Amino acid sequence: MDRNEAFAKLTDNVVEVLAVEPSAVTMEANFFDDLGADSLDLVELVMALEETFNVEVGEDELKDISTVGAAFELIYAKL
Amino acid sequence: MSRHVIVTGASRGIGAAIAQHFIDLGDNVVGMSRSGTAPAGCVKSFAVDVSDSASVNEAVKASIEALGPVEVCVVNAGVTRDGLAMRMTDEQWREVMATDLDGAFYTARATMASMVRNRQGSIIFIGSISPFIGVPGQANYGAAKAGLVGLARSLAQEVASRSITVNVVAPGLIETDMTSDLGPAKDQMLAMIPMGRIGQPSDIAGVVGFLASNHARYITGAVIASDGGLALGH
Repeated sequence: MDRNEAFAKLTDNVVEVLAVEPSAVTMEANFFDDLGADSLDLVELVMALEETFNVEVGEDELKDISTVGAAFELIYAKL
Repeated sequence: MSRHVIVTGASRGIGAAIAQHFIDLGDNVVGMSRSGTAPAGCVKSFAVDVSDSASVNEAVKASIEALGPVEVCVVNAGVTRDGLAMRMTDEQWREVMATDLDGAFYTARATMASMVRNRQGSIIFIGSISPFIGVPGQANYGAAKAGLVGLARSLAQEVASRSITVNVVAPGLIETDMTSDLGPAKDQMLAMIPMGRIGQPSDIAGVVGFLASNHARYITGAVIASDGGLALGH
């Protein structure tokens, strides 16, 4: 899966879980400040991403995810 | 609207009465028990060992695939292995902890994600008044049931923003198989109940039904005793 395809899939998940516009989902967007997420949203998103990409994200990795870009790189490195 | 209701320990006693209560309301009730038996009106039943998280996850997943997000989860499965603490074996301690506390966490955890996504739900733990009054011979059971209160209150905080309520119903002395072999202790306890009678499983099912209903959407993190006054004031 190339990066564009993977980012499109990730965007779909973010849009669905956080109920935001696709245009708001940029690499720089901060989940908490820009996308209005709380910690439970983030857990929900990670669970959705794990299912979509068939990967596992450890609890210790969650704290590093503050931006869409960080989440993307974390997931993409596991593919 | 028929709700997707999961009840653990549904084969008999309080669990069977709770399952029947929701069946009578027209809900889609899924009964889980070690034997796999559940009241006839359940739409599905699963043989589950709640102390085995894989067993719980598998059954809940199958239930969600068949009926959609879980709307009501009644964590009722429990056992007693009474004995005075000085003579209580590791196995007696572990078995009660594994079923009554570990199993409760596994069951709630398995159903929560679908509730969070659905932005609604009720989780109801069946506790006991045992830890509130201190019952000799129940160090294991009392510790596990007290643990449910802490578990419920943490969960209540975690998911309150998603309109999910988490509560504990604490039965007193209820007429079931579990209390049928109490012997002389039963008469002693009976004498301590202000209302002067043993409770019926339906006395618990009604409270559970209320907490799952639209009348109770603002109640979360609560512990409600249904005990004829046995733990009055605790």
